Amino acid sequence: MIRVQAEPFDPGVELAALAAEAAGAGGIASFVGLVRARSDDATVARLELIHYPGFTERTIAAIAEDARWRFPVRGVRIVHRHGPLAPGEPIVFVAAAAEHRRAAFDAVDYLMDRLKTEAPFWKREHGPVGERWIEARDADRADRARWEEG
Amino acid sequence: MLTVLFFGRLTDAAGSGERRIPLPPGVADVAALRGWLGRDDPALRDALAAPDVRAAVDGALAPDDAPLLGREEVAFLPPVSGG
Repeated sequence: MIRVQAEPFDPGVELAALAAEAAGAGGIASFVGLVRARSDDATVARLELIHYPGFTERTIAAIAEDARWRFPVRGVRIVHRHGPLAPGEPIVFVAAAAEHRRAAFDAVDYLMDRLKTEAPFWKREHGPVGERWIEARDADRADRARWEEG
Repeated sequence: MLTVLFFGRLTDAAGSGERRIPLPPGVADVAALRGWLGRDDPALRDALAAPDVRAAVDGALAPDDAPLLGREEVAFLPPVSGG
C-alpha cells in the first residue's frame, strides 16, 4: 500500500494496519523519517516538499514492486508527505512484513535508499537566512549503490 | 497547448512551476524544447541543459529525442530528494 498525502499521518496507525494486512508474518520492520530541525548547521523553520502528482505515485509503486521481487516479504507499506512540514514531523513511513526478520530489515533499508535517490520529491528548506533546494547527497547515492548487482 | 512543468531548482530559474504555450514552430522534440525555452534566458538555458535534468512527456520519463507533436505535458526534473 502506497500513499502520498499532504495530511499528517500517525506511524503507529500505519504499523498496525500493515500488521493486520500481513497476518501470519513473523515480523515487521519499519522506518520513520522526520523533518530535521537543523541542516548543515542552519536552523530549519519549515520544509516544503513538491511532488509531481501521478508520476510520483507511479515511481514509488515501481520501487515497492522491485522490493517485493527482491525480498521474500508479505507486505510493504509506504506513506510519504508532501506540502509544508515543520521540524519533527514524520515525513516518510516505510515498513515491510516478512516471514523472517532479515527480509523485513533488508526490504526497508532498500526501499529507503531508493526513495532517497529516486522518489520524485523536491525539498525546499526555509530558514532564517532564506530558502534553498535540497538534493540527494553523495552519501545517499553511495547507499543506493550498495544494492547494485555485483 | 503544451503544459511545461518545472520542478526543484528549475522553478526558480523559470520564475514559476508551470507555463502553458502553443507548441512552437520547429520544436519537434524534448531537446528542441529545452533550447527554445532558454532562447532568451541564459540562466534557464543553462539550468535546462544540465546533464542531470531529465524530462518526462505525458507523465513518463522520455529521452531528449522524444517527439512532442500531439503531447500535452512536458516536465523537467532535476535530481530528487525524497525520504
